[in-house]
Amino acid sequence: MTNERQREALRIDGLYKAFGRNEVLRGIDLTVTEHEVVCLIGSSGSGKSTLLRCINLIEPIDAGRIVVEGDEITARGVDVDRIRRRIGIVFQAFNLFPHMSVLANVTLAPRKALGRSRPDAEREATVLLERFGLADKRLAFPDQLSGGQQQRVAIVRALAMQPDLLLLDEVTSALDPELIAEVLDVIRELAAGGMTMVIATHEMGFARDIANRVCFLDAGRILEEGTPAEMFSNPRQERTRQFLQRVIDAGRL
Amino acid sequence: MGPRRPELSGGRPSDGRRSSWIAFASTLVVFGLLGTIIVNSPGWPEIQRSFLDAERFGDAWGDVVPAFLKNVQLALIAEGLVLVLALVLAVLRSLPGPAFFPFRVLATIYVDVFRAVPGVLIIFALGFGAPALRLPGLPNEPFFWAIVTLTLLYSAYVSEVYRAGIESVHPSQDAAARSLGLSRWQSLRYVVLPQAIRRVIPPLLNDFIGLQKDTVLVSFIGVVEIFRTAQIKQAASFNFTPYVAVAVVFLLVTIPLARFTDWLLARQARRGEALVGTSTSISGAR
Repeated sequence: MTNERQREALRIDGLYKAFGRNEVLRGIDLTVTEHEVVCLIGSSGSGKSTLLRCINLIEPIDAGRIVVEGDEITARGVDVDRIRRRIGIVFQAFNLFPHMSVLANVTLAPRKALGRSRPDAEREATVLLERFGLADKRLAFPDQLSGGQQQRVAIVRALAMQPDLLLLDEVTSALDPELIAEVLDVIRELAAGGMTMVIATHEMGFARDIANRVCFLDAGRILEEGTPAEMFSNPRQERTRQFLQRVIDAGRL
Repeated sequence: MGPRRPELSGGRPSDGRRSSWIAFASTLVVFGLLGTIIVNSPGWPEIQRSFLDAERFGDAWGDVVPAFLKNVQLALIAEGLVLVLALVLAVLRSLPGPAFFPFRVLATIYVDVFRAVPGVLIIFALGFGAPALRLPGLPNEPFFWAIVTLTLLYSAYVSEVYRAGIESVHPSQDAAARSLGLSRWQSLRYVVLPQAIRRVIPPLLNDFIGLQKDTVLVSFIGVVEIFRTAQIKQAASFNFTPYVAVAVVFLLVTIPLARFTDWLLARQARRGEALVGTSTSISGAR
């Protein structure tokens, strides 16, 4: 094993995924090294969310392979639950558990999936909640929180499993504009702390700031990838240019 | 919530009092008319004698009320078992994947059969048939088989209620739980079922009311409960007043329970909690 390979957090080879006749992913190849932040951009329906859901094994794939930290997670007979514990995902719609307090939302998986004791799990959760300014919301229920707070709780809930890789699926798309910043700040802090992340986003300014690499998805393929500087100032592909032009016209860059 | 629709009748302060008066007067007229028609019908004295004999009512009351304890016993024991068995059935039916196919089939057949056949027939079949098998270790008492029958019958209905509740929990909740590394069972146990059961408490209570009324059916297989007791009294006197006493007992118990269920439903609706059959507010994004 070379040093280069050991630092590989995620590798995807030839990933295909269709919903019925609708081919959503048509041959995705992507490698993410540890501590790297990769942003997926592209119009709605280009396959960004599906790609993230495949990496988390929420959606079964049709062909190809996904390797996380050297383990092929799409191989037959792997323990799906164990793999998911290493990969956190945060959804656009938060998907907090509405019948549980913030603390219970965050501690459920560490307690039940990792077998942590309740005091341990609660102590660790409290540290995380404090770090993201949510300490006073420990005992609140999701419907008592703003969208931004709910999404921060969802991020903390994923972090509580101490994942090797964090997937963020358009986490600000369901938020009012004034609540977006607080969530993006959290993600910036995670990036600064070295968290490996794959982020599907419509926030181009944010992608330009935070990403080490930007991938443009179009019709189920990664059409172009590069550093933010390359992608946003000098895209090679015509489709990428068109997409970015539309984004600029819409005032989102 | 949208803006309140203005009352169609206008907004004068006296309107509330006025409509109460109209309701009162209208009720008086309708009920008075119905009462007059019934009381003046040719057969009324006969009906009064055989159904509404005050003396016999008092006499029957002293017998049917203690006998009703048997029905309460039947209902409570069966309901406890139903809540468990029905949940098992509902969970079996909602298990995905090819490995669980036979379980899904079995649970589906069970629910279909027990919902399709009239309850009385099932009570006859199990109440007379099962003890006749003389299975070793199982008692022959009608009370035991009455419990078994009511449990099996109502589990079929209640499992459908549970299933509706499970399906009303948006798949994104399960996806969120599974994505954290919880197993299928853990997701069901800690995330899906708590939300599902909370939502179906009112329909569960409705089925409990049904079960409680259907306890009279097991009188057919020889359990001496309230209906059987009234039957014995009726047979001795050829007067139907004991049945009226039974009806009154059920009215007294069932109406408060039904009102409580309505209140729970109204509270859920007021709080904007998702009712079963409506979609939840959180949607999964693809």
